[in-house]
Amino acid sequence: MPSASTKPEYLQSLAKLKKGLIFKSGLLSVLREFFKQNDFIEVETPLIVNAPAPEEYIEAFSVSSSFLRTSPELQMKSLLAAGYERIYQIGPCFREGESGRIHRPEFTMLEWYQTGIDYNGIMNFTQKMISSAARQLLEDAKSKFRETVIDFSSEWQKISVRDAFLKYASMSPEDAIAGNIFEELLVEKVEPFLSKSVPCFMTDYPAAFSALAKLKASDKSVAERWELYIGGVEIANAYSELNNPVEQKDRFIKASLEREKRGMKKYPPPSEFLSAVDYGIPEAAGCALGIDRLAMVMSGATDLSEIVFPSDIA
Amino acid sequence: MYSASDLKKGLKLQIENAPWVITEFEFCKPGKGTALYRCKMKNMMTGSTMDRTYRPNDKFEKADMEEKEMYYSYQDGDVFVFSDAATYEEMRIGKDKIGDKAYFLIENALCTFLFFNGMPIDITLPTFIEKKIVHTEPGARGDTATNISKPAKIDNGYEIQVPLFINEGDLIKIDTRTGQYAERVNKA
Repeated sequence: MPSASTKPEYLQSLAKLKKGLIFKSGLLSVLREFFKQNDFIEVETPLIVNAPAPEEYIEAFSVSSSFLRTSPELQMKSLLAAGYERIYQIGPCFREGESGRIHRPEFTMLEWYQTGIDYNGIMNFTQKMISSAARQLLEDAKSKFRETVIDFSSEWQKISVRDAFLKYASMSPEDAIAGNIFEELLVEKVEPFLSKSVPCFMTDYPAAFSALAKLKASDKSVAERWELYIGGVEIANAYSELNNPVEQKDRFIKASLEREKRGMKKYPPPSEFLSAVDYGIPEAAGCALGIDRLAMVMSGATDLSEIVFPSDIA
Repeated sequence: MYSASDLKKGLKLQIENAPWVITEFEFCKPGKGTALYRCKMKNMMTGSTMDRTYRPNDKFEKADMEEKEMYYSYQDGDVFVFSDAATYEEMRIGKDKIGDKAYFLIENALCTFLFFNGMPIDITLPTFIEKKIVHTEPGARGDTATNISKPAKIDNGYEIQVPLFINEGDLIKIDTRTGQYAERVNKA
């Protein structure tokens, strides 16, 4: 039986999470239902892995001689090579040193892959899925996030990285990368001007920022990759999957060298994944979506702390 | 030295020989790119502000800040003499470092000084001090509006707006943070 004394501060903070947890729970149900209707299989891949993907700006937590996964990407793409066609996964991912208003070192990722489509196909799917969730969970398919009403049923914005940079930062992405200020301009000059009243897809990222994405056939300087912003917050990242073994190995080597230069952790080569790439990953597209952030912008929470359990890991 | 991952709200840094405090802080990681640490900062000497964005490999110098409690002793021309509350060591501080707060220094008042690289850059006085009104015109009788005030002078010549009911010889409380009238002190 609860005692009559005052609820400790910690328990009060947990009680305050109730609204956010109820929303997130409802969101997960409607998303699972959507995947079911589209013949996807829910899969689980290991949380502890020997060789995370060597990405230049993502660091894994070490656990004894292995690592906590930063994403399930390599294992899920191995499933594609093994013959699975439509798979999704909802589960935790871990990234060391990421802590802020919209970052947590552990978070819930929804990641899915479908063979036979490219980044445009998965863009349509994503829009349908989130719109459907909004219609089921929100009044008039609208949410209010940080003083802005987001209308999920109006036409979504779509703009390429190049157009957005030229329009809002008055500089091409190539010049921004050459000047080593791409990320600064993206955060300070571009993101604040993307539509907040409807979701926005920013498409065709520079090849340098797309280690596992296929390059565009018509313009090899960019990758077939997009990011979804809702209410100005990065929610999902998707691309046509790179499946050329030579190019994949080459990019991993480059990323590993870059990691070494920055003094990041040394990972063993992801040999199981590379054997899958060698055998052949079918044409496919995949998307990774931050469930906690999506729940935040849809439920009208101003901060992730209204959605996720308080953590003492920074 | 601090590294970028140490940055947070309230941290004090030395940038180009001045002390800065981070007033707002945000961690970003846009589009699979590098992490960025966005800071709004305030110069602790001049009060001016700036926005700066840093990357993970940036390093920062710690601002050498120290707070000391000191009692005000007396004025010696353009110099104010304090004594360290812990060591009783005498400290002579020029009028230019104290500014208008000099009007509210009262003998033996315990003040808090903020030092940057051994230089005093800010002084905090006791929040309220009592001063006697040495000059003010009598208030118009029957005027009951509450927000009407009139000028008055305290003994060191500082001019202050007071309510109409305050008379010459009254003791008032002044808020040293704003330099404004707080309340009348009732005589025992």
